[in-house]
Amino acid sequence: MSIANVMATADIAARRRLGVMTGLVVLVALLVLVSLGVGPVRLSPVSVIDALFGGGSDVQQVIVREIRLPRAILGLAIGAILGLSGAALQGLLRNPLAAPDLFGAPQSAAFGAVLVIALGLADVRSWALPVAAIMAAFASVFALLAIAGRNAGLLVLILAGLAISSLAGAATALVMNLSSNPFVVLEIAFWLLGSLEDRSFRHLVLALPFIVAGAIILFSQRNAFRALSLGEETAQSLGVDVGWLRLMVISGVALGVGGAVAVSGAIGFIGLVAPHLMRPLIGHDPARLLVPSALAGAALLLAADIAVRIIPSTSDIKVGVLTSIIGVPFFLYLIMRERRALSGGVA
Amino acid sequence: MTACLSAQGVSVALSGRIVLRDISLSLASGHLVALVGPNGAGKTTLLRALAGLVPSDGTIHVGGDALPSLSLRERARRFAYLPQGHIVHWPLPARDIVALGRYPHGATDPARLTAADSEAVLRAMQAADVVEFAARRVTELSGGERSRVALARVLAVEAPVILADEPTSSLDPRHQIDVMKTLRAAADKGTLVVVVTHDLGLAARFADTVLVLSDGRLVSQGAPAEALSEQVMANVFRISAFRAEYRREAVIVPWAEI
Repeated sequence: MSIANVMATADIAARRRLGVMTGLVVLVALLVLVSLGVGPVRLSPVSVIDALFGGGSDVQQVIVREIRLPRAILGLAIGAILGLSGAALQGLLRNPLAAPDLFGAPQSAAFGAVLVIALGLADVRSWALPVAAIMAAFASVFALLAIAGRNAGLLVLILAGLAISSLAGAATALVMNLSSNPFVVLEIAFWLLGSLEDRSFRHLVLALPFIVAGAIILFSQRNAFRALSLGEETAQSLGVDVGWLRLMVISGVALGVGGAVAVSGAIGFIGLVAPHLMRPLIGHDPARLLVPSALAGAALLLAADIAVRIIPSTSDIKVGVLTSIIGVPFFLYLIMRERRALSGGVA
Repeated sequence: MTACLSAQGVSVALSGRIVLRDISLSLASGHLVALVGPNGAGKTTLLRALAGLVPSDGTIHVGGDALPSLSLRERARRFAYLPQGHIVHWPLPARDIVALGRYPHGATDPARLTAADSEAVLRAMQAADVVEFAARRVTELSGGERSRVALARVLAVEAPVILADEPTSSLDPRHQIDVMKTLRAAADKGTLVVVVTHDLGLAARFADTVLVLSDGRLVSQGAPAEALSEQVMANVFRISAFRAEYRREAVIVPWAEI
């Protein structure tokens, strides 16, 4: 086999990846259009595009540009950062069962935000909310990696993640328990379910800078994830500063997940599911999975957020509830598939 | 003889326990050096310390430069490190694994290699005889094939020093000889190759120099027959050995415990 043949196989794989990416971009764009058209007032894609660029009636413009556009952009951004965070954590830990939700990051972020609300330090549209959520998410991911140590097996990671998310859940419950105002408690309870309803451009401005910063940080580390495929020690021997990489991933995940949770509440399992859907199409290279996972995450959340508006029900279904209802069985399926690695204690 | 890699008074403590004590050595380019010793003697730790992967006291020089003066990336270009077990966490194509050997040279994406990097990858794959399964996933390969891919990755760095930790363990005899011959060929082209091994027979046959570690100390070094003298075998390994010469190469076969 010649050098040309060796390169040719790589070219085929590259073309295939490009095709998948194009398909994903088209899918996300279509879902955004549908998301702008779906609601109490149904609009056709044509009138959505028309209203988006200043045409149509005033009512249509308000519905599309001020009510539904922030929701669609948030769905896109939050879904993307959750997918990206999942892929990045799986790359860092070299483990297909790693995800922010399984490690208690969103739960901790929620606790940080709830604490700020309950203490009356801020209303739900202030900067204090994402900052508190990010700090709590950072603390939780940092604690998880510190407890699990280097080269941690799957079992240790998942047990530590379970403990941390339980702790965050208990702390949130305690805050609600101690809160004297039943309206605050109700508001928190609904917010914890995770939703994109009634979000405005204020929310977008609040979350987007952190989400974008987190995404840039995670994406900038992509090639290190590839080297990490050979284990931490070998990656270090190849010139990767593994300690710095960990810090960057923790920061990126905390910024992204914290920013997202601050405006949407906890939306689970997108980070776990998105990279899995992409592996059969893209391959297992952790660096190449980042962008497709982000696109898949965006598509998943947009689709889920469309579904909660279409599914007939007496009261609103929260999108976070829907992603968990679908995500948890998927997680169980993954456990079944990975059970050999799990019971062996190695991953 | 100019030293390619040298250590003076190197000691390593891991979580409070002293693992290496006062190691001094000087190794030349173009040599294959076997690092032997009983389990727990500190062989792997010495290899890691030489590569700068664990902090150590004392001084280590590579190619005339003190180790701490080199950046992580410069170090990565000087040392190609092959750890035990040939671990690959994701089912990547063999070609991408080998291409990671070019990572220290700035080729962080195997899909966008420069012509020079591609050639280095191909040279390494030819030397390790893995060109035929370039496109196959490493997880689909047999243990012997995977070890050759790992070896190709190390060769692709084209570093002046190769540090290989038990590259022949868990391989069948044919593959053991295969791996040692490939490393021997690298040494013959001017690379300093340091191999940790438990196989005294392979060490005696392929190495120019044998270093014997015992309880964190360097207790014997020199040409195989001298470094692995009857006395060393008795004191360090607590065995007797059958010793002979076959086709002008030293043969040492561990025989009985004493």
